[in-house]
Amino acid sequence: MVSGKGGTGKTTVAAALALAMATGGKRVLLVEVEGRQGIAQVFDTAPLPYEERRIAVAAGGGEVRALAVDSEAALLEYFEMFYRLGMAGRTLRRMGAIEFATTLAPGLRDVLLTGKAKECVTRTGADGRPAYDAVVLDAPPTGRLVTFLDVTKAMADLAKVGPIHGQAEGVNQLIHSPLTAVHLVTLLSDLPVTETLDTVAELERADIGTGAVVVNRMREQWLPDRSVTAAAGGRVDASRIRNGLSSAGLELAPAEIDGLVAETVEHAVAVAGETAALGRLDTEPDPPLSRLTLPNLLSGVDLGALYELAESLTEQGVRVEARR
Amino acid sequence: MSSSDTLEVDTLIDDPETRVIVCCGSGGVGKTTTSAALALRAAERGRQVVVLTIDPARRLAQALGVDELSNDPAPVPDAEGELAAMMLDMRRTFDEMVQGHAPPEKAQKIIENPFYQVISSSFSGTQEYMAMEKLGQLVAAGTWDLVVVDTPPSRSALDFLDAPQRMSRFLDGRMIKLLAAPARAGGRGLRKIVEAGFGLFARAVSTIIGGQMLQDASAFVQAFDTLFGGFADRAEKTYALLRSPGTAFLVVAAPEPDALREAAYFTDRLSAEDMPLAGLVLNRTHPVLAPVSAARARAAAEQVGGPGSQIAAAVLRLHADRVELHQREEHLLTRFSAAHPSVSVVRVPALAGDIADLDGLRRVGGLLAEGAVRGAEEPGATSRAQGAS
Repeated sequence: MVSGKGGTGKTTVAAALALAMATGGKRVLLVEVEGRQGIAQVFDTAPLPYEERRIAVAAGGGEVRALAVDSEAALLEYFEMFYRLGMAGRTLRRMGAIEFATTLAPGLRDVLLTGKAKECVTRTGADGRPAYDAVVLDAPPTGRLVTFLDVTKAMADLAKVGPIHGQAEGVNQLIHSPLTAVHLVTLLSDLPVTETLDTVAELERADIGTGAVVVNRMREQWLPDRSVTAAAGGRVDASRIRNGLSSAGLELAPAEIDGLVAETVEHAVAVAGETAALGRLDTEPDPPLSRLTLPNLLSGVDLGALYELAESLTEQGVRVEARR
Repeated sequence: MSSSDTLEVDTLIDDPETRVIVCCGSGGVGKTTTSAALALRAAERGRQVVVLTIDPARRLAQALGVDELSNDPAPVPDAEGELAAMMLDMRRTFDEMVQGHAPPEKAQKIIENPFYQVISSSFSGTQEYMAMEKLGQLVAAGTWDLVVVDTPPSRSALDFLDAPQRMSRFLDGRMIKLLAAPARAGGRGLRKIVEAGFGLFARAVSTIIGGQMLQDASAFVQAFDTLFGGFADRAEKTYALLRSPGTAFLVVAAPEPDALREAAYFTDRLSAEDMPLAGLVLNRTHPVLAPVSAARARAAAEQVGGPGSQIAAAVLRLHADRVELHQREEHLLTRFSAAHPSVSVVRVPALAGDIADLDGLRRVGGLLAEGAVRGAEEPGATSRAQGAS
């Protein structure tokens, strides 16, 4: 599972993670559950239907399939299986009846979503082997993550017997098993790091395993370490810069040098903030979580960049471990 | 460069005809900060302003003096001029609405109903609906001549416009009536199929979520039925207010593909609904402050020598990064403006650190009003060395 504060790039990271895990001939399923069509946007394809389809080929012959789980469709699927609604099901959906039912019992929606993901994890092929080597779930943001995963609480909303109840128990077991890890994406600034650390504690209380912290969009630091604090405080020696530029044949007007100085101060403030944030991740929690870092891509994330990020993850040791 | 006009923020907030400003946009683009900065600037320029914030970060809330939920506007300490601020308490707003429309005993019964508690706290459209309701109240109060509204941090900016209707669909009780008493005989054709399906559906739903919830829902609808008309009227009035010429929508975005995509959806929607769009606020941009191209800067970074060479190389490389970032941001904005040429735009450069006090808000307000195109196109106009400190 991949989560993170909104805006940290968790969908991009989930996609890169799926690509990295598929490297070397593996088959990976990438699942989204929020009806956002985030996966389609990251891979620059048409919106995904509610079915598993191949979305990318990974280095070494692996493949990534993608699935956009839709809680209404999932609920209809259950009803279909157990009650044979037939054509009426679709009409009910149009009338908003399904939305209504999931609103009556908010936990129901989450159980349906995680239930579908669980079915994909446990499904086996004709040869008896798991259909997927790994399933990467682009989970809701950290603010809603633990509620989303807390199936036991959701089940309190539900009738004590019945098909969904059984499903929920299975989901609960899977989430608390070593097969599941939650990876948290963060940026190196105050609020996301605080939220990440809060979530780690929350997950621990809920007895759910936390995987790695993924530091996303790590800025390239150009200033020497010893200059950062001074520059962040506004102390940049403009004359040294002018001399340095002159030596490379660049003669700039004083106002232009001032512009460079202002850019340098902003850069230094940002770098100092990132260093402080990294420091927190070094010491909290105790012992700290394993960490993956992804670079800030100045030109944005297109499909090519996604492969770059995946490669970076592979180099940092991301792979599918043998499942037993 | 994009060809769109610059949004004149001061003209907008100084115009006495501007009575309501609604700041919309997807989550995480700085809507709350923009709303608060605009409200403060308007107040300090002589308007009597109230700002309705939805979910401010703690330090910003403290700066506005709204760190406890009050659900009523309170004067902002230290603001010059007349500024009041409040933070929406959706549960209380909903309760007060019920109390305002029903006799005390009946209101109490509704508020205690478990189904009401679900709807008023966790239904995904409640916050938007209540923000609209509160906006209506603040305008009706007549105490302020400008109301600035932040919108809930939903994923999509459209939620703000759609949620009240979705909410109404739930509250009008049609669905619950069907669920509670689905067995009506005598349908024909498709209707018969649907009703038969509905019977099955109701049974399926109660198997899954339990009969108790349905009973609560049904009791709620019966009690709520007589209130519904009043609620719907109010929502209708607020909608009319949003369409009136005294209202200005500001779409807030960050220079990122997702945020600008949402901004584009919202812009189209506003124009389809005849709602008045004042412009786009593009937060957290990175203007280039020295006229050196990325390629030139990178090449020079390899050539520097002598004293100051290390710092000069670093400065050139960070400048090159910034130029590339700026180009990407301008490219994204150009794409937006090409599709929406009539939308005027103001860019607000990124500030380091969180905005946590009134001075920070004043600075943002100043940047909003400055409006002029900043960037490499106008070297020298931008000695903002203090801008980041």
